[in-house]
Amino acid sequence: MAELFDAAAQAIRKDELCAVVTVLSGDEIGRKLLVRREHMADGSAPAVETTGSLGDAALDQAAIARAIEVMEARRTTRVTLPVEDRECDLLIDVHVPQERLIIVGAVHIAIPLVSFARELGLYTVVIDARPIFATQDRFGHVDELIQSWPDEALQEMKLNESSYVVTLTHDEKLDTPALICALDHPVGYIGALGSKRTHAKRVTALREAGVSDEQISRIHAPIGLDLGGRSPEEIALAIMAEIVQVRNRVKEAGR
Amino acid sequence: MKEILADIDNWQQAGKQVALATVVQVYGSAPRPLGAKLAVSEDGAMVGSVSGGCVESATVQEALEVLETGRPRLVSFGIADETAWEVGLACGGTIEVFIEPLNW
Repeated sequence: MAELFDAAAQAIRKDELCAVVTVLSGDEIGRKLLVRREHMADGSAPAVETTGSLGDAALDQAAIARAIEVMEARRTTRVTLPVEDRECDLLIDVHVPQERLIIVGAVHIAIPLVSFARELGLYTVVIDARPIFATQDRFGHVDELIQSWPDEALQEMKLNESSYVVTLTHDEKLDTPALICALDHPVGYIGALGSKRTHAKRVTALREAGVSDEQISRIHAPIGLDLGGRSPEEIALAIMAEIVQVRNRVKEAGR
Repeated sequence: MKEILADIDNWQQAGKQVALATVVQVYGSAPRPLGAKLAVSEDGAMVGSVSGGCVESATVQEALEVLETGRPRLVSFGIADETAWEVGLACGGTIEVFIEPLNW
């Protein structure tokens, strides 16, 4: 008893992406299956771990496959799946981890960006190694202000699909190692501030560091939707708008 | 779910039975989305919500019955336009709530 609930509660407390599948009608009403998807630290394919059963092995298999799709879409969904000669009414209840915006570079743009992100319900983190930038005075409104080398801080953060990373320093020494670290994880968004020329230089540096072109293409650069703005606030808004767009899986034309 | 775990924990540690109600279908506009949860302890305390307040007390009643019988049930609540209006909701939707003993 309570084994499945305990496992689900533990996953939710750790803020992992997971799904609880429940049978809503019929003889097996109330039966449960917990589906967790653990990402490997080395970047290999995620392992699926399940607890419990809906009372039929074939139904379990079908439900796990659907649960993985539903977790991908991040939306709790009611489904009907065939089992032998009947249909099974299920709820696939997804726990979506808290979304985090991790900003590398406590620069001016980061100040309004933190405000916009918080308004949209994201947990915000700002990282900068330079003490004159990463001050409480400038970032009293951020959830977490970390004064350290960005790649070292990112390494500690258990980055996942609900983590969105943006680099804003323009400084290769800070941005490039941070990007390498972010690309090493299944993060939901990576964006890097800088002109086309800056980005071309960055791409060369990343290639030299052994990052594949496929990985490099995950970086949104130039960062943000093209709103035509120039002020730090407008750029921050363009970045936030792009993150919302990516999060909402709106396919960008031409990408 | 995360926000109701602490209360559930406290109730269970005090040896109380707990029922869990989850919104499993939403027709029309409704105040809480699919998956919204309300937990009910055997003495009728509640945490979380399945609606904007209009079907909470009915859900608690159902939940207490579920704890007595030990059998989950699927309950449909029509948030009738008039009732909804009376309790200050302009939704007029219908929700289906799955209520189960938390013994899994």
